[in-house]
Parts: sequence; C-alpha cells; structure tokens
Amino acid sequence: MSTAANTTAKPRLKTSAMIASIAAEGQRTRPAPFGHALVELAKQRPEIVGMTADLAKYTDLHIFAQAYPDRFYQMGMAEQLLMGAASGMAHEGMMPFVTTYAVFASRRAYDFVHQTIAEENRNVKIACALPGLTSGYGPSHQAAEDLALMRAMPNMVVIDPCDAHEIEQAVPAMAAHNGPVYMRLLRGNVPLVLDEYDYKFELGKAKLLRDGADVLVISSGIMTMRALEVAQRLEADKVGVAVLHVPTIKPLDTETILREAGRTGRMVVVAENHTVIGGLGEAVAGTLLRAGVAPVFRQIGLPDEFLKAGALPTLHDLYGISTDAMAASIKGWL
Amino acid sequence: MDTALDTTPLGHNVPLAERAYRIRRNALLMGEVQGQGYIGQALDIADVLAVSYFHAMKYRPEDPHWEERDRFLLSNGHYAIALYAALIEAGIVPAEELETYGSDDSRLPMSGMASYTPGMEMSGGSLGLGLGIAVGIGLGLKRKNSAARVYTLFSDGELDEGSVWEAIMSAAHYKLDNMIAIVDVNNQQADGPSTQVMAFEPLVDKLEAFGWFVQRVDGNDMDAVVAAFDAAKSHPEAKPRMIVCDTKMGKGVPFLEAREKNHFIRVDAHEWQLALDALDAGRTA
Repeated sequence: MSTAANTTAKPRLKTSAMIASIAAEGQRTRPAPFGHALVELAKQRPEIVGMTADLAKYTDLHIFAQAYPDRFYQMGMAEQLLMGAASGMAHEGMMPFVTTYAVFASRRAYDFVHQTIAEENRNVKIACALPGLTSGYGPSHQAAEDLALMRAMPNMVVIDPCDAHEIEQAVPAMAAHNGPVYMRLLRGNVPLVLDEYDYKFELGKAKLLRDGADVLVISSGIMTMRALEVAQRLEADKVGVAVLHVPTIKPLDTETILREAGRTGRMVVVAENHTVIGGLGEAVAGTLLRAGVAPVFRQIGLPDEFLKAGALPTLHDLYGISTDAMAASIKGWL
Repeated sequence: MDTALDTTPLGHNVPLAERAYRIRRNALLMGEVQGQGYIGQALDIADVLAVSYFHAMKYRPEDPHWEERDRFLLSNGHYAIALYAALIEAGIVPAEELETYGSDDSRLPMSGMASYTPGMEMSGGSLGLGLGIAVGIGLGLKRKNSAARVYTLFSDGELDEGSVWEAIMSAAHYKLDNMIAIVDVNNQQADGPSTQVMAFEPLVDKLEAFGWFVQRVDGNDMDAVVAAFDAAKSHPEAKPRMIVCDTKMGKGVPFLEAREKNHFIRVDAHEWQLALDALDAGRTA
C-alpha cells in the first residue's frame, strides 16, 4: 500500500488477531492455562469430556484434545448443537467442558444454554474466549454483554478470572460445583499477576488484593490487573487505592462488597471489561442501594454502543478501560 | 369429573390398539380438566406412543431413572398431554395425577419439563432442542458402553429450526445407531399447514442424503408403526434411524378429525364427553 498514512513516522497498531495474547509487551505470561489445568484435572475425573464448535485451537481446548483424544468431541461450527449435546452428555453423567467464543455462547446459543443446560440444571461448564473487549474485530467478536446475559440466567454461576494463575485454580473449582458454570476464558499466553498476591481463587468469594484509604476499586477479569497498575501509579500521587477483586460475578459476594464499600470516606469505582449495563457495576450498585450503603459511586466499563474495530490498545484507551485511561478517570473524579 | 377413572393395571398381553385407545382416553380426560390442550396432536401420536412404550422400549415403571432404560425425549414439549397419557398408561405416573393436569403444583404442567415429571427426560417447549440433546445422550451412552437407545419425538414444524439440521448432520457424523428419531408429520403448525409454512419435502430424500436410515409410514397404522420400530432397532448399518410418521390430527374422534385444521384445535366444554363417547364407539367398532 502506498497511502499517505504509511509515510508518517507513527507506528501503526494493527488489529489484533484472534490468536493474539492480551498480555502487554514484557509482561509475565503462562501458556494455555485453561488447557493445561483441564488436562491435569481430567486425570482424576474420568467423567470430564471436552466439546467445542470448531474453536478448539482458539480456546486452548486442543491441549485437552491431544491428551485425551477419545474424550474430545468436535461438534462442528454449530453452537446450538454444542450446548444441546453438552446437556445430553451431562444427562448421562459426563461433565462436559464446552468451549467457543463468548459472543457465540451468550448470543447465538442463548436459548440452548438457557433451556437445555440452565433450566435442566445440567453439570455443564462453559468456557468462552474473547470476553468483553478482547478482540479488535468489531461487534461480531466483542462480547460486551456476555456477563449481563449469563448473569440473568437462573442456576448459572458466572466467573470472570483475571489471569493465568486464577484460571488454573478456577478450573477445578468449576468442577467441584455441581451445576452449570460460565467462565470467561483468557487463552494463549495469558498474563500472570495474582501469583504475587498470595491469592487463591474461591468460588463465590471476593478478595481484597490491596488496601487504600481514598478509593476502593471493585473489579473483575482483566480490569483487576489494570486496577493494580493504577493503584501503584496513584500511590506516587499519595492517593490510596484499594482493590477488591470479584472474580465470581454470580453468586456475588455481597458480604465482602458491603463490608469494604461501607468503610466511610472512600469513593467506590467499579471497573469491568463489559458494557456498563447489567454487569458487575450494576450488580454492585444494586447491592449497595438495597443495603442502604451510599458511597460516591463511579463506573468504568464499556459504553452502550456497538464498539469499533481496530487495535486493542487504541480501543481500550478510547473506551476508558486501559490503565492510562482508568488512572485519568479516577484522578478526575477525586 | 363425572367420567369414572378405571385405574386397574392392564396385564402384559394387552393389544397395542387397546393401549393406544387408553392413551387417547387419558389425554381427553386431561383436556377436559383444563378445558384445553393440544388434543389434536395427542390423538394423532397415540399409536406411536403405544408402540414406543408397549413394544419397543425397555424401562422400569417403578424406577424412571433405571440406568439401562431406553431414553425418550419429547422435543415437542406441547405434546406433553400425550406423553403424560402414555406415562400414566405405562405406570410411570400414577393415574390419580391425571386430574391435576395443568393445575398449580401439578407434576404435569402443560408444557413438558424434565424437573417436573417422572419419565420426562428433557425440558421442551422451545422447539428444536430435542435432537441436539439426543446427540449428546447418544454419545454419552456409547461412552458408557450402554446398550440403551435414545428415542426422540419431534414435530414437522421443528424441521424449520436450523438446530434440528445441525443435530441431524452430527448424528450421522458420529454414526449414532443408538438414536431413533420419530417426526410427527401431521402437517400442521402454528401458522398453518407445515408444508406451506416452510416446504420440507422430499423429507425422506433429504434425511437419507444426510446419512440416516429412514422409513416413512402411516403413523396411525399400528402394524406399520410396529414394523418400522422393529426395523429401526434391527437395522445393521451404523447410522441414526428416523421414522417419518404421517398422522391425522384428532385421530380416533371423527368429529375432531373433521374439524377445521388448527395447531390448537378448539373443543367446547360440552364436547369433551362427546369426544370420549366417540372414542369409545370407535373402540368397539
């Protein structure tokens, strides 16, 4: 191409490919934590089977397929079938770990998840890559509303893990819970952060990762990673930022949230890689309002609009969920 | 209800025609309880259910979760009135519960749901779900080296759903010879005749092209239905099996057979007894 843009000195950020890692340059990572954790767990649990809709390689389920070819089921590019067949497998006592992209599980196959899995309370674990805004391909692949959709479904447990360390621990925890679970999946070379925080994932538990006197950030998923970076930066400005990590969106740990948000004098900022409609932010807001706890409350999340295509760093800045944008928002609110 | 209920268990040598008569009668009695119900469908599919529960399938009435049972999936959940009628006749649901049909706290809701009713293996109502679940059950049974089969009843209207064809394709891909599907071609769905709402013929050719062993029979001809189920069970090829059943809505009650065809056949309050009388007349004829 010989466009004018090419002649400028500015480096051009490219639209991230499906297989790209969300890790920042130089960040510590671990490869395919979901796939390896599932292989490990399956040694003890012969009822585990893996099922996918033509996205094994893009959800790290190929690791499981290589280890247990006779326990892996390729259902073709058919997400409705995937969910229905997973229900049938669970009906027969298997524990299917089902993978696809978050958009396809939460949008295309919603009724199948709702009726054949959640309503029948089948023991199916749904792990979905490209959660929230982790693809630059535009709305077709951006699952900005997956948490709202899955959270609204009775019986469904909803998990939004932060990093590789947490995914490794979440996999056996999902299996230990008898019933349907939806987990947002980070795949490929997944950032490693929480191992430095003496952190252990417990289903349904929020954990305070660091304390601070001025701001309480309540966050899930990759936004917890960002919140920890923001907290370090604002420390230099003498602003104390506490970070409460809430990886289980449902059931919500209301006790811990109310305890931390009830401490007077702190602004509460909920940060999520999700539309501001129906996700963690509104779940926390409802919890506070119902309990009569009324701190200054702010939300960092994706806007109620179809998101743009482009390079992820650009988009995260544009929509306010990058570390820079988040730090600027919080400083502006103080 | 002024119709006395005969709850005497029938012996093993009851002819299938008598089973079908009693399934139809149970369904009409339930329709009378609510003053409504998908009675046209219940009457058309009673012969298929009689063959399923009293000729083809193995199960233990006292133990609906018996591991070696054949699974029966009702994909068309609005046919629940028909399946309850069969489950009562099979002794899986007590006959006393017939009078609770569609009432608060009943185990027999108007649309079939897995958690409510013994012998109901899936939650229907949303159409196009059953065959996909059956694929998973078929795969699961094979993982367990089980000799059990999974039967799925679905309706011709469901052929409009893309998910049905996803399941049909995958059942052949996985050579699920433990899967027997029955499609009720009564040619009636919500907005009119099924073939006009969305053309699905030539159905046998299509299903064969998808890799299934396919038979098409008059679903109200008991001998033909028995032969089709026998052939579906004994067919040697590693293929899923489909029985296309052409049926007549309202079958067994001539004035309902003749009524203007509708997805939801109207029956006036005084007509339930007339329908039972007409059914009885046909039984002795």
